[in-house]
Amino acid sequence: MAHTLAQKILQAHTDEAIMAAGQIVRCRVSLALANDITAPLAIKSFRAMGAKKVFDRDKVALVMDHFTPQKDIDSAQQVKLTREFAREMGVTHYYEGGDCGVEHALLPELGLVGPGDVVVGADSHTCTYGGLGAFATGLGSTDVAGAMALGETWFKVPPTIRATFTGTLPRWVGAKDLILRLIGEIGVDGALYRALEFDGAAIEALSVEGRMTIANMAIEAGGKVGLFAADEKTLAYTAARGRKDAPLSADPGATYERELTFDVSGMEPVVACPHLPENVKPVGEVQGVTLDQVVIGSCTNGRISDMREAAEVLKGRKVAKGVRCIVLPATPGVWKEALKEGLIETFMESGCIVGPATCGPCLGGHMGILADGERAIATTNRNFRGRMGSLESEVYLASPAVAAASAVAGVIAHPGSL
Amino acid sequence: MSYTGTAHKVGEHIDTDAIIPARFLVTTDTRKLGENCMAGLEEGWVKRVKPGDVMVAGRNFGCGSSREHAPIAILGAGMPVVIAHSFARIFYRNSFNMGLLLLEVGDEVDKIADGDTVEVDAAKGLITNRTTGATITCPPLPASMRELLDKGGLVPYVREKLA
Ligand code: SF4
Repeated sequence: MAHTLAQKILQAHTDEAIMAAGQIVRCRVSLALANDITAPLAIKSFRAMGAKKVFDRDKVALVMDHFTPQKDIDSAQQVKLTREFAREMGVTHYYEGGDCGVEHALLPELGLVGPGDVVVGADSHTCTYGGLGAFATGLGSTDVAGAMALGETWFKVPPTIRATFTGTLPRWVGAKDLILRLIGEIGVDGALYRALEFDGAAIEALSVEGRMTIANMAIEAGGKVGLFAADEKTLAYTAARGRKDAPLSADPGATYERELTFDVSGMEPVVACPHLPENVKPVGEVQGVTLDQVVIGSCTNGRISDMREAAEVLKGRKVAKGVRCIVLPATPGVWKEALKEGLIETFMESGCIVGPATCGPCLGGHMGILADGERAIATTNRNFRGRMGSLESEVYLASPAVAAASAVAGVIAHPGSL
Repeated sequence: MSYTGTAHKVGEHIDTDAIIPARFLVTTDTRKLGENCMAGLEEGWVKRVKPGDVMVAGRNFGCGSSREHAPIAILGAGMPVVIAHSFARIFYRNSFNMGLLLLEVGDEVDKIADGDTVEVDAAKGLITNRTTGATITCPPLPASMRELLDKGGLVPYVREKLA
């Protein structure tokens, strides 16, 4: 049978023959992940299971990224519990402090995930690694505990929706705009249960980092995974991180449940308006909306290409008076590279606040919380009511270029209009 | 793995708040949760259920919050199986991991009416409506999933695998 990318990857991890969507299969996992919020719960389940050791100390990743540097006593306790578990189990990939970054930016950068892997994480944005061609999905803590103990889990083989992006990206339009456009089109439950598979000339032209930005938000359309074929760009990216991977693509003639095509030529940058990622409008329709805060970072857009995009707009310009522009490079690696390239200096000269590699304000955790009536534009992935602070605050989602331009203008703005 | 019981039919998009309202989440006890199963749909709904009965639902059963208490409440009420048009994703995983069997049958769910006696053979993938004689086929449940249910869910399953 001709397999979609999702089916093909699962098939390589199971001894059962995958015949159709809907079938349940038991698969070996390449990596099991949890963070400072979900690991303590997974550890509790792991103990209840009577597990004494993790299935493979090199295939469990524990990343303390959400409320770190530990923002209060509770979060410090959570991290302490996880740290002690990691020591007890001899977990190789425990990250906290100076070697830690936002999990979904960190693991690809360290070469811990790659094409053909099956990755389960107790975090909904685990789907990010689909940008590299990994079947990666978020599960509950008990599920991840099972995978940490056994090295396997079960999946219902998902049907696949294929999204083809044709044409050439106009100036100031990038990966974030493509995924927001797709979510705007199909809605926050448009890919419920399903695998999304991305292809087309515009996708081939994207950087690997851009593909991860798109895969990251597959969950915002309800998707289980967001997958990209592994081409030369992917292989160059993972090889530079010490991996040896093979090209990967869907079988010709694979069956898709639905096929969507988008022409990106002539597209305008877009933003998602409060309070759902599907409320997508061209930036031109919302320009002029006043802002209190701008956040550039997160697992969606906190990588080096995002820092470059923001710095390009901010260079030689100033953040508008009365606006807090918070820049959080997503990993120490991104931070160092941004420093080397002079981007950090650009941010500081513009009047940005440059912070550590943490999730921080993305989930309303710390380092930039909104008060009643405040409004932010962010390069993050969710704008649910209260996500960044007060229930009376508002978040708009956009690309680094639009966020940076808006910081300068003090209102939502098109980067080409400055 | 077969069950026979009376079908209790509910509608479409039944969310986990209908299955077990948040005010009952103060416990994780199976029996206590079971006593309030479907209380968010109708107070005292559960009184109609006898042990071994079967829940039958429309589209998107179990949508909403990801609480693992919802499948536990259904099990606690004495129903080991839910047959539905379709299920919400997190509820689907939670159910098998808590030991509740789910069968997704699409439009065929209309072949079962409230109060019908249904027989479920999960290994064969066959549902028989004893009242009308109608049959519904679905993909047979793989052996590994039957084992997961037999053991009572993921925690006891892993515990036994590791023992
Ligand atoms: S950056 Fe935001 S979305 Fe990404 S893992 Fe952290 S909290 Fe979640």
